[in-house]
Amino acid sequence: MARVLMKGCEAIAEAAVRAGCRFFAGYPITPQNEIPEYFARRMPEVGGVFVQGESEVASVNMVYGAASAGTRSMTSSSSPGISLKSEGISYAAAARVPMVYANISRGGPGVGAIQPAQQDYFQATKASGNGGFEMLVLAPSTVQEAVDLTYAAFDYADRDQNPVLILADGVIGTMMEPVELPPMKSDEEIAAIRAGKAAWACTGHKLDYANRSWIQPGQWDTKKMQQENEKAAAMYATWEQDVQVEEYHTQDAEVVIAAYGISGRIAKSVVDICRSAGKKVGLIRPITVHPFPYAAFDRINYDVCKAVLDVEMSIPAQMVQDVRAGVKGRCPIETCLCSGGNIMSREAILNTVDAILAK
Amino acid sequence: MEKIYSRTKTIQEDKVSGFCPGCMHSTVVKLIGEVMEEMDVVEKTVMVTGIGCCGLHMDYIAYDTITAPHGRATAVATGMKRSSPDSLIFTYQGDGDFASIGLGESISAANRGENITVIFINNGIYGMTGGQLAPTTLLGMKASTAPKGRVAEEHGYPMHMCEILNQLTAPAYLVRTSCNTPQNVIKTKAAIKKAFQNQLDGKGFSMVEIVTSCPTNWGMDALTALDFIEEKMLPEFPLGVIRDR
Repeated sequence: MARVLMKGCEAIAEAAVRAGCRFFAGYPITPQNEIPEYFARRMPEVGGVFVQGESEVASVNMVYGAASAGTRSMTSSSSPGISLKSEGISYAAAARVPMVYANISRGGPGVGAIQPAQQDYFQATKASGNGGFEMLVLAPSTVQEAVDLTYAAFDYADRDQNPVLILADGVIGTMMEPVELPPMKSDEEIAAIRAGKAAWACTGHKLDYANRSWIQPGQWDTKKMQQENEKAAAMYATWEQDVQVEEYHTQDAEVVIAAYGISGRIAKSVVDICRSAGKKVGLIRPITVHPFPYAAFDRINYDVCKAVLDVEMSIPAQMVQDVRAGVKGRCPIETCLCSGGNIMSREAILNTVDAILAK
Repeated sequence: MEKIYSRTKTIQEDKVSGFCPGCMHSTVVKLIGEVMEEMDVVEKTVMVTGIGCCGLHMDYIAYDTITAPHGRATAVATGMKRSSPDSLIFTYQGDGDFASIGLGESISAANRGENITVIFINNGIYGMTGGQLAPTTLLGMKASTAPKGRVAEEHGYPMHMCEILNQLTAPAYLVRTSCNTPQNVIKTKAAIKKAFQNQLDGKGFSMVEIVTSCPTNWGMDALTALDFIEEKMLPEFPLGVIRDR
């Protein structure tokens, strides 16, 4: 299939449409406005629904409603707006309602900065709302990867009946790259997906207490509440099979960089520059940041590795805690960080790598 | 002998309601069920329940239901109705839910003219959490968070949701009823039926505000609470059709 030049946000939206997403609700916030704008144009062409909600809170709850009626549904926002969505995300996770949402993250905390950042790692991977639920969190480093992960996200969400988060950043969302788009699901395929949810979808059923649809983001009965949490925990435990990670020149690396998203991509270019200069540098790039690819850190050759270098557009560092859990003290961990909406500089990483190699 | 009245099949027989004695939630939920059966819409109806006492019936109704986060029922209903237009979607919300924490969602859904039905239970108090000040609490009426009673200078005035929504162009039907007398119960049922029919006819946003009692948190017995509705609540919240187009 021919490649087309698309902006990250628009490519994410088109990938969702092709995956069968037929409901989107969102609220303006920079730098993700191109996602709702694209859906506003695109949804009428495919018989889908776009609603501009009156807030992030309303938008995520519209998606909770649409998804509960069996429709593949999505919302998006950027960092402060994602905080507002946490209520609805927690409800969807508790009620086991499949939905997809994207965080085109920006500087934080607070209103932060509208420029790209990776300050939402803890929120995305550890606590996207109250109650200790978990989600698959997918972190693309190119527009193509954003397309592929968004397309897959709807399958993951339906498989697990759980929300899935695309954790991108303002660079991925706003830059343009050539992408190959996945196939468009036919109306028949979309109808079949929806029909598969008929047993639990809340659209009206024959009068039958036992077989009615009851979408419950909580339980009156404490025993039942515990059982629901045990079921969810068992489901989360299956995600080991879904771990995705890029390991690049790690076998003989004296410095292994750990970085995700746009930082991972910049770090990869650093690895290429270093390798062409004979410096043994590698990269571990988590694609799923939850579950985190801890096992990749077991495959590092600690006989030669001087340090793992955690590179993040976040101050203080956040992913470094998972990196630490992966390295388990087998070598030192250094950091190279930026924040405030500043994009990670290749030179800063190179200088940090050189400083480690010179030790 | 001819059977002329029976319990609505939309309520499960072996379940017990969690409502307090004298609470009118059970009356309204019964009316809704009767209307659903009479209109033959049971198989396509979904109740979007709010948070608070308005969710206590979920365990004993026999039709589809979803719990919305506090105040977000009209947003949830928006998503459901837009993606499942053949379903009959109604929200069931109390005054804290619809008129306080959900005010933005409520007004916005009404302003969009969403083709949904809102059943809004106005008893002037937070029930489940134990009698805190509601946006609809009467002036002078005591609440656990307003121990000396509602004072206009501090708490503002009771909110009149029908009249507030009547400022908008889109809503189709705004009506305030009560369940304090048999006549008013009959009128409430007729209003619910009309609001549901509006949705089936694609007329857009309809709301039935029902003035009810909360004997437990008003600190009254059920009969005194009926008098309180007549003497105190209804002068503040006059009954009638505010909008019908």
